Amino acid sequence: MNRYPLWKYIVIAVSILLGLLYTLPNFFGESPAVQISPLRADVRTDTALLQRLEQVLNQQNLPYNGTILEATGIKIRFADTDTQIKAKDILSSEVGSDYVVALNLLPNSPQWMRHIGALPMYLGLDLRGGVHFMLQVDMAGALTKSLDRFSADLRSTLREQRIPSAGIERDRSKIIIRFRDEQAREKAITELGKAFEDLAFQSEEVGGEARLTISIKPEALVRMQNTAVQRNITTLRNRVNELGVAEPIIQQAGADRVIVQLPGVQDTAKAKDILGRTATLEVRMVDEEGDIDAALRGSVPPGTELFTERGGGPLLVKKQILLTGDRITDAQPGFDQDHQPAVHLTLDNNGSRIFKQLTRNNVGKRMAILLVEKNLTEVVTAPVIREEIGGGRVQISGKMSSIEARDVALLLRAGALAAPMEIVEERTIGPSLGAENISKGFNSTLFGFLAVATFIMAYYSAIGVISVVALAINLLFLIGLLSILQATLTLPGMAGMALTVGMAIDANVLINERIRDEIRHGASPQAAIHAGYERAWDAIIDTNLTTLLAGLGLMIFGSGPIKGFAVVLCLGILTTLFSAVTVSRAMVNLLYGNRKLARVPIGTIKISKKSSNKH
Amino acid sequence: MDFFRFERDIPFTRWGKLSMTFSLIISILAIYSLVTKGLNLAVDFTGGTVMEISYQQPADLDKTRKVLASIGMPDAIVQNFGTSRDVIIRLPVKAEHTGGNLSETVMTALKKDDPSVEMRRVEFVGPQVGDELLENGLLAMLFVSMGIVAYLAFRFEWKFGVSCIIANLHDVLIILGCFSFFQWEFDLTVLAAVLAILGYSVNESVVISDRIRENFRKLRKADVTRVINNAITETMSRTVITHGSTQLVVISMLLFGGEALHNFALALTIGILFGIYSSIMIASPILLLLGAKREDLVKIERKPQEEAVP
Repeated sequence: MNRYPLWKYIVIAVSILLGLLYTLPNFFGESPAVQISPLRADVRTDTALLQRLEQVLNQQNLPYNGTILEATGIKIRFADTDTQIKAKDILSSEVGSDYVVALNLLPNSPQWMRHIGALPMYLGLDLRGGVHFMLQVDMAGALTKSLDRFSADLRSTLREQRIPSAGIERDRSKIIIRFRDEQAREKAITELGKAFEDLAFQSEEVGGEARLTISIKPEALVRMQNTAVQRNITTLRNRVNELGVAEPIIQQAGADRVIVQLPGVQDTAKAKDILGRTATLEVRMVDEEGDIDAALRGSVPPGTELFTERGGGPLLVKKQILLTGDRITDAQPGFDQDHQPAVHLTLDNNGSRIFKQLTRNNVGKRMAILLVEKNLTEVVTAPVIREEIGGGRVQISGKMSSIEARDVALLLRAGALAAPMEIVEERTIGPSLGAENISKGFNSTLFGFLAVATFIMAYYSAIGVISVVALAINLLFLIGLLSILQATLTLPGMAGMALTVGMAIDANVLINERIRDEIRHGASPQAAIHAGYERAWDAIIDTNLTTLLAGLGLMIFGSGPIKGFAVVLCLGILTTLFSAVTVSRAMVNLLYGNRKLARVPIGTIKISKKSSNKH
Repeated sequence: MDFFRFERDIPFTRWGKLSMTFSLIISILAIYSLVTKGLNLAVDFTGGTVMEISYQQPADLDKTRKVLASIGMPDAIVQNFGTSRDVIIRLPVKAEHTGGNLSETVMTALKKDDPSVEMRRVEFVGPQVGDELLENGLLAMLFVSMGIVAYLAFRFEWKFGVSCIIANLHDVLIILGCFSFFQWEFDLTVLAAVLAILGYSVNESVVISDRIRENFRKLRKADVTRVINNAITETMSRTVITHGSTQLVVISMLLFGGEALHNFALALTIGILFGIYSSIMIASPILLLLGAKREDLVKIERKPQEEAVP
């Protein structure tokens, strides 16, 4: 009666084999490597490049333990981190700025394992070291920025259509245009309505003055917010690429948040500096009529701001922004005709048109190019416009060094953020702490397992050994499953693993106690085993489902460390249901099912008179 | 081996009044502590910055404090952490420092004082994130509690769900009370432990309820009290062995898991101990009080008449 059909044994054997296969890669460890991946789509990593790199490494006498050429990049393994770091410096100067050269760790598992997707578990930042940032996009800031841009565009449209207005200003989340008469306003509504589909127009009379209140339509607002977050993510990705990080994670979290995880980054100061930079470019006109001396004494003329030109004197600049960095499609460092370091900008169509018009209307006047970085505004250069500049190619040459030119170009190329961002959460784990956390989590699980195993084997003798083997297989399944899913393992996750060991044994205890109960009640050995498994099932499913419920609650509402714990807890329950019941039963059936048993080897049982008479 | 086998049913329900009074008193004490002292919430919930640094030689905390005061952070809390060489620094939320630069400023100043200092860990949580984490934690607790009641009501009967969740929330209250009374730090992992306990202690009640149902079928003549007492006594062995095993693992975490898992394991320990106590000494008396009857479980086709509760 205690026999399983053959297919059940096969299913179990196959699952154990798969579990072993996918658990194995975790024990090979990792070796330091350098990863070279192309920055742009038109740059390839091919065998020619690989050969070039190998040559360089041989020349420099840097031994390497193998190379991997993939479509996404080249990976070169090294024996130790010293060689790895030296090689990184040499390789990055060799490949130039078209590639990202990053330090990485590669699994040491054999090639065929990697081919079937048997990879080690993905270690979380608390285990491998690195930085985790959560950035919040300042939507109010994004709105202000786009309203300012709309104001400029509205103004130029009104001018193009020759509609007279008495002023445009932004009032919190609205733009107000004042008109001299109603006719002008009517005309403006028709013309502007055609040109700006995202805006809603509303007429108002205030103190006998015809006004037009303009706001952004709600659906356009939502779309703008989404694009702002998306643009910021793209920008962050570009910046992280400049940093040279292998396997960075950059993803949206909620409506207005972005998570950035940089595993293995040790220089957190530089990472923060580059991520936190919000450089953008503004083109404005210099106010040449304003009184600089008065401004220096504190009375800045209305509509202007006081700045200092890089390497020059103070300067009054009009507040109105004519062109922003959003219109820049490319920025490269270079030199101007006088062989001075310069930044060459390429503008998009709209930007080219605006710039052409701006330079045509202001020949002989000075314009100011401002670099706004972390709310610090600096006038890079304020040249006199000599002629109309078309074609969208602009050159900024101020008093800058070639390194500064490169930095400015990089910052502008990496993109300005569409909206300001603020770090609202940071978790940095040093690499030594990460390694320590791994051993702590591992030891907790190992010694916990050993303690439980010793106790259960002593208490339940042979059946106890089967329970312990089932528990070990459970752990094997859990690690295998986590490896297959490439779930991120964290320290709380390892705690979850240890806890799974402690809780999974409950199912076997329930079964074993039931078997003992049945024996006490006078059942024959085979019948006792059978009834024990059957009757314990209800309680096992109920207890595990309620724990699963708690796990799901943690998974849904939890964040960060809690989620890692919850994932392991939930998967652990699923593997427990299989291994504690089916696998242990299969072992019992295989060992004892086919023969006559004098007694069940489940330890000594006290049999009281009372309970044996009960039935 | 067979340690936990008893000749006669233990009259657990007879001690119901005593245990309920005891639980009521410690629950009130726990609430009193929570109200007056509150929880020592970690940076996860309050917002702020925590830095863990490590020196080559035993750290001079006063010197570290002086360095921090010299850069305008006299309100920093500096403590040893684990070993005498490891130091933990807690900095409150400040408007002028966003997450990025604060830890860098501190690290630069400390490096100037002693170049051998190594940064081990930085955690910065903005105040808005902290509030959300707390809110989500409470939501999770609500979700799990309701889910458990619903599940037990479906599998057994509503009285079992209610008595079980009262016992469980009692455990949670005791854990929170202990963390409040001893002012142990309450962080995200402790919250995870509390929620895990919420799911885990149900096991006990489920196993007992399962036995009660079976006994209602089997012991046809026995009254409700006897059925309950017999169910608890019969499952006693399993209770001790299971929780003993789980506790072994938790002790292993306490010994080998280091500071990061210490409070997590501590919360689990309290939860496991009180989980055993409450599912036996609290859930069963409440079940009796609610008037659980044979008909509630045995005749599933005839839905229980709730008006008939005495």
